[in-house]
Amino acid sequence: MKFSGFELLKNAFTGQTGWTPHWRKAEPKSSYDVVIIGGGGHGLATAHYLAKEFGITNVAVIEKGWIGSGNVGRNTTIIRSNYLLPGNIPFYELGMKLWEGLEQELNYNAMVSQRGVLNLYHSDAQRDAFARRGNAMRLHGVDAELLDRDAVRTMAPFLDFNNARFPIQGGLLQRRGGTARHDAVVWGYARAADKRGVDVVENCEVIGLRQDNGKIIGVETTKGFIDAKRVGMSVAGNSSRLASLAGLRLPIESYVLQAFVSESLKPVIDCVVTFGAGHFYISQSDKGSLVFGGDLDPYPSYAQRGSLAVFSDVAENAIAMMPMLGRLRILRSWGGIMDMSMDGSPIIDKTPIEGLFFNGGWCYGGFKATPAAGFCFAHLIAKGAHHPVAAAYRLDRFATGRVIDEKGAGPTPNLH
Amino acid sequence: MLINCPYCGLRDLTEFVVAGEAVARPDAHGDLDGADARAAFADAVYLRENPAGVHREHWFHAAGCQSWLLVERDTRTHEIIRVDAISAGMARETL
Repeated sequence: MKFSGFELLKNAFTGQTGWTPHWRKAEPKSSYDVVIIGGGGHGLATAHYLAKEFGITNVAVIEKGWIGSGNVGRNTTIIRSNYLLPGNIPFYELGMKLWEGLEQELNYNAMVSQRGVLNLYHSDAQRDAFARRGNAMRLHGVDAELLDRDAVRTMAPFLDFNNARFPIQGGLLQRRGGTARHDAVVWGYARAADKRGVDVVENCEVIGLRQDNGKIIGVETTKGFIDAKRVGMSVAGNSSRLASLAGLRLPIESYVLQAFVSESLKPVIDCVVTFGAGHFYISQSDKGSLVFGGDLDPYPSYAQRGSLAVFSDVAENAIAMMPMLGRLRILRSWGGIMDMSMDGSPIIDKTPIEGLFFNGGWCYGGFKATPAAGFCFAHLIAKGAHHPVAAAYRLDRFATGRVIDEKGAGPTPNLH
Repeated sequence: MLINCPYCGLRDLTEFVVAGEAVARPDAHGDLDGADARAAFADAVYLRENPAGVHREHWFHAAGCQSWLLVERDTRTHEIIRVDAISAGMARETL
């Protein structure tokens, strides 16, 4: 079934009975050309691009829970490509371009909304740093505008411009950035992959990675052994746990990142705004709730549950930037487990085990990277070679000193 | 969350800096430019066990006594199992 205006109209007159399930509930076959571990946005996107771009359709996506139950359902839905370093900008810009064409490509409404991402600056030094970032983006063909205080005031009059401690001097704006509907991204990719013959296997946990002479031969799962010529790991948050099944140690620590959503309000914030004097970002969902977040909890965690101390910090940042939020009631919060890598940038690479591929280390940036990560991971698995825009995301870059450290924080995963 | 600092008693989480997994530094003697030493240091600086379960970590009591602590904690529940002060005489492999 293809979504179209005609289908909508037809179903409006036939009691909405014409809609069919978006993907099959597949049981695993005994053997595949490629098994992708992890039915999140990245794993499903990888399967979709393997089938569509590289013609590999004998593929299974193995998910331990239900698809979209991990970090792709635990984020703040922001998409952007406002990076500084050459290893990052072309990758995230490929992602931005894929987001722009995603709904037509998948025939699915992912509610991609290019409402703009505005990063505030509060000092001369921060303005200079943002000008440098904006210039780097424009040199790579990415849109960026440096706004002064008046231009920011026109765009977002509700901010506290007279804050004595952190006066807003201006902002760096990427108009093409914005938000997308996280669940619809999962469902859209699952449906598109399924249509091309990919098996999406839910409630099936991988409990072993079987090797023979340094080569992967398949995965042990709770539904039995599955023979696979190539295996892709795409389970950010749990990457270290999965890789340990193959005896690998990764340059990653897992941390919980909290986010919050408020009661629904009338339209108030029409873009994504980030605070430059602390760590805080906020946008408004299409349902009207304000969606926001801030720092990681400081200790390694697999608990998907954050601490009150971090919520206090987020709330203080919120009120320093937008005093009207003091009256806001919080509806709920959630914690996602981040693969915090040692330089704050991701890894898409082969592993020392032949036929075993790794996609992870996404830190805060996994959701926005979904299409590009899927595309580049599929390229790597299909061709055995890096896609040009992801060539810097190597597993050995730490030992060789070629780290991609946007923040310059060094090997301290909880500070990136 | 309260952390029982061996010197200060129960103190709030916000007083501490967490330095992550307790990794013992390689021996800093001999040929430090050799391939083995480089690999050992790259492993120590960058590679982690990152277990879901009991985890040994270095914490620094920044807004308190400024001591380095060895904390044993469960990463699935955040339960702190024990907190020890790190002292100069401790053997490297116990840190």
